[in-house]
Amino acid sequence: MEYLSNILFVIVLIAGIGFFARNVKRLSRNIKLGKDVDVSDNTSQRWKNMAKIALGQSKMVVRPIAGFLHIIVYVGFIIINVEVIEIILDGILGTHRLFAPLSVVYDVLIGSFEILAILVIVAVTIFWMRRNVIRIKRFMKPEMAGWPKEDGNLILYIELVLMTLFLTMNGADYQLQQMGAAHYIEAGSFPVSQFIAPLFEGMSISSLVLVERTAWWIHIVGILCFLNYLYYSKHLHILLAFPNTYYGKLVPKGQFKNSDAVTAEVKLMMDPSADPFAAPAEDAEEPAKFGASDVTDLSWVQLLNSYTCTECGRCTDECPANQTGKKLSPRKIMMDTRDRLTEVGKNIDANNGKFVDDGKQLLDGYISREELWACTTCNACVEACPVSIDPLSIIMDMRQYLVMEQSAAPTDLNNMMGNIENNGAPWPFNQMDRLNWAKEE
Amino acid sequence: MANELKVPTMAELFAAGQKPEVLFWVGCAGSFDDRAKKITKAFVQLLNRANVSFAVLGTEESCTGDPAKRSGNEFLFQMQAVTNIEVMNAYGINKIVTACPHCFNTIKNEYPGLGGHYEVVHHTQFLKTLFDDKRITLEGGQFKGKRITYHDPCYLGRANNVYEAPRELIRKLDAELIEMKSCKEKGLCCGAGGAQMFKEPEKGDKDINIERTEQAMETKPEIIAAGCPFCNTMMTDGVKNKEKEGAIAVMDIAELIASAGDL
Repeated sequence: MEYLSNILFVIVLIAGIGFFARNVKRLSRNIKLGKDVDVSDNTSQRWKNMAKIALGQSKMVVRPIAGFLHIIVYVGFIIINVEVIEIILDGILGTHRLFAPLSVVYDVLIGSFEILAILVIVAVTIFWMRRNVIRIKRFMKPEMAGWPKEDGNLILYIELVLMTLFLTMNGADYQLQQMGAAHYIEAGSFPVSQFIAPLFEGMSISSLVLVERTAWWIHIVGILCFLNYLYYSKHLHILLAFPNTYYGKLVPKGQFKNSDAVTAEVKLMMDPSADPFAAPAEDAEEPAKFGASDVTDLSWVQLLNSYTCTECGRCTDECPANQTGKKLSPRKIMMDTRDRLTEVGKNIDANNGKFVDDGKQLLDGYISREELWACTTCNACVEACPVSIDPLSIIMDMRQYLVMEQSAAPTDLNNMMGNIENNGAPWPFNQMDRLNWAKEE
Repeated sequence: MANELKVPTMAELFAAGQKPEVLFWVGCAGSFDDRAKKITKAFVQLLNRANVSFAVLGTEESCTGDPAKRSGNEFLFQMQAVTNIEVMNAYGINKIVTACPHCFNTIKNEYPGLGGHYEVVHHTQFLKTLFDDKRITLEGGQFKGKRITYHDPCYLGRANNVYEAPRELIRKLDAELIEMKSCKEKGLCCGAGGAQMFKEPEKGDKDINIERTEQAMETKPEIIAAGCPFCNTMMTDGVKNKEKEGAIAVMDIAELIASAGDL
């Protein structure tokens, strides 16, 4: 019986981490449904970007209030993990405050966790107010209705509860230490929870132990649940922000990729010795599809982008089309891509590892043509994203599909393209008149 | 316009066995659009004044393919690119200057992958080096103390990080440069990029150029400066829409410098 709680703890831990591992595997399988792209170049620049943008939060602070609050929660999260290591070891070994022999260092550690915990509670409360009381515009866009809104709030509630449990646990512990309870060695410094301790005054040691143990258990089980909640939540960014900033675009923002499939076709057309009437070789591959109409046409980096999106809406807030009331929202492009990818993943799971056509696709099923054509390709969304997501690349790939596979450009654009083809200018002017300006008064 | 423009073509120079310092890529807007042609001429006046050896391709120039690429017609874009690259490589061109940020971006960033490797500069960057080398000088002039706000073209600013050259040129006019609430990295699009210039905008509350013009007007400018022929058109339309064309002028940086230099 003595080891019952240790055994129980190990089972809970293994179950929690096991489920998480299963979800990570699914996540990686889904991302790999995307087309392969080579992003093995410039490793030093990529590491630098990850350090600066993900670890250093350099783009978060562009908006100082949200940026500052986010840094508190972020630092709180990272530091609290040290405490989680102790909790896990204590749980397995049946010890209590295993790191206590660090003495002064331990005091400083526990003290700083406590201060961060209270700061996180303050930050999370302000975040909640921004979403639910002040109702900041970008959180109220149509794509945020339903689950995205609940998800955002749920994360805040969980963080609030976890921090409160942490402080309650410490408060009860502190009280037990004062009472000289067995097992509860005097260790740590409790700058915040010492003010909770008086609430426990007059309680017996056994009731206090019950409070402490309950808070301790709910805290660690809560953390394990939270870990598994990530897969279903926008909160995945706490993990994926790192690879995503690593694989982010390095070339100038204005540089759009030249399609290799098209280059091959153009070369063939320009080759005077090529036979235009030649029948394709028997073993020739099926010609590549131009552009993207579903998630499997996108690259794995674009799919990683979609899972990394935190739905913060900074992209949509800066988007000139969205600002002037058009349907396009870069955030929605990312959310749609993620939703469709999740759907495709579920389809594969349900059909023994093979995708069975469901008659749907990203284009029209999730993203409308009206949204795609409203984009001015100005890169404001790309600039605004705090974690190097590129919604514009998805918009462009889908436009390519519309134009090159479906010939479904708006009429005005078809006219423009016809002019370029015939006259070498988007307007119907004769190429021979190109120098007329030099002779005009 | 007092002096006649000297506009040599690559073909003429090539026939004479000469090679210019730089190719001036005029672009479709600069060649055909009545408003943009004025920018082209102003820039050529400055090139003439600074004795820059340059040439244009003239009838051998064709659209870079930017609007085709950005509307999704990668095929047409690459056909245009390959044709232009063939012409330019045949002339052995090394350096290109252009007054259009879209041509600038496409030739600088997207042509190298298709075999076109050139040093490409925007006309504001080029003019700045002419000032740095004292090939052009300015003293005072008609814009002294005037309130000028500068609209960052997306394809110059955010797309290629060119923010300072145009601003430095405005400062050379002894003018008062006032920034809009959205500027530099946060600059708002004029509404013409991504081939929007050539189609009707999607349904919304208002047009993007109106929103941007309102932002510009908040700075109470006498002049809205631009560095892109498309931005120029969009902002001019915006100012007209607000019936302020009598009070606010929309001018390209090259025009500002040329007017200040009384060319």
